[in-house]
Amino acid sequence: MTIEARALTCSRGAVTLFREVSFRIERGEWFAVRGSNGSGKTTLLRCVAGLTRLDAGEVHREGNVAYAGHLAGIKDDLSAEENLRGSLALAGATVGPEQARAALDEVGLLRRRALPSRRLSAGQRRRIGLARLMLDPAPIWILDEPLTALDDDGQALFARTLARHLERGGLALVATHHDLALTPARLLRLGA
Amino acid sequence: MNVAAQVAAMPPPEGSFGAGFSWAIARDLTLALRHPGETLLVVAFFVLVASLFPMGVGADPQLLLRIGPGVIWVCALLAAFLSLPSLFAADYADGTLEQMVLSPHPMPGWVSGKIAAHWLVSGLPLTVLSPLLGLQYGLEVATLAALAAALAIGTPVLSLLGAACSALALGARGGGILLALLALPLFVPVLIFGAGAAEAQAAGLSSAPHLSLLGALAIVATMGLPFAVCAAVRIALD
Repeated sequence: MTIEARALTCSRGAVTLFREVSFRIERGEWFAVRGSNGSGKTTLLRCVAGLTRLDAGEVHREGNVAYAGHLAGIKDDLSAEENLRGSLALAGATVGPEQARAALDEVGLLRRRALPSRRLSAGQRRRIGLARLMLDPAPIWILDEPLTALDDDGQALFARTLARHLERGGLALVATHHDLALTPARLLRLGA
Repeated sequence: MNVAAQVAAMPPPEGSFGAGFSWAIARDLTLALRHPGETLLVVAFFVLVASLFPMGVGADPQLLLRIGPGVIWVCALLAAFLSLPSLFAADYADGTLEQMVLSPHPMPGWVSGKIAAHWLVSGLPLTVLSPLLGLQYGLEVATLAALAAALAIGTPVLSLLGAACSALALGARGGGILLALLALPLFVPVLIFGAGAAEAQAAGLSSAPHLSLLGALAIVATMGLPFAVCAAVRIALD
């Protein structure tokens, strides 16, 4: 389970966002992506996940990808529990109601699990995504600003979730402006 | 309760066409049931417009008999079109589409599931209601049967063609108008063979040739269009 990127280059129109970016993430490692607004962090993550086409270079992914971008992938009309179980079923994981509830309990949404997601706050919606990451068996995590809208407790919870993921042999590529309690194996700087 | 330990014990998931298909169809039907308004709107539009025609053109039984199948087909086509703009746009806007593309399930699976769900909430009710509306035009039983049969074969083609156009129009500003310009001309062959089947039956001929051609269209569309939708979705997310 590794992810290897060789000489990634991507441009949007006339602007080259990044050129010849190479890295290799091994099991149990996480890389942080930093850069000013508009420096191409999201594009890099989408390229590595396989959503956006590269101008040059190649990405080798061994294992399934769990991607969390700016859009949460949450249906307003479904409850937190339905959203969680739905997105896990889509990821190919069979999750029982007890497991789903245990994860929702951990992110503090147990009592609100049956509310339509439209009635949840931005941070609570993020927490559904966090619960999904806890249960998603995908070894590769690609996360774009996962700490947005999360409170201090939520950020600590995210750090613990990431640490657990790395412990069980997962790897992660995370774009974030925040400092986490966990030190990344490498810092990728874009737009320098 | 240690969630992490339970996850570690799970086998790595493998995607399959069937799992993706059933996931998409179950979710889209659940969402349609939560908000039955959109489905009811499609049906109400169909019934209203098809009922307005006899009032507009006058109660001449001969005229109604002649224009009946064509009018009902045009109304069904426009009604099926009504629910197309949100088919992929809703998933695109909330990020679910990205998750579906990245899932281990092959794309044609869940794309076909979404199209099937669209047909179940638009094409199927239209097909079931069409004989009732045909009665307003004084169509005979055999003609009503031919009309319903043509709709049963033709509306899946409308859903498939519409899905391809809906995916192509993703992310475009003024997507609704663009979608109409893209989709409605493509619906023309379905309209011609579909209305033709009932008209041939009304004229005392066999509707079989029209239905066969419609069936051929349906087979080609089922085989080919889900792949076109996949390509269009990928382009939209790029």
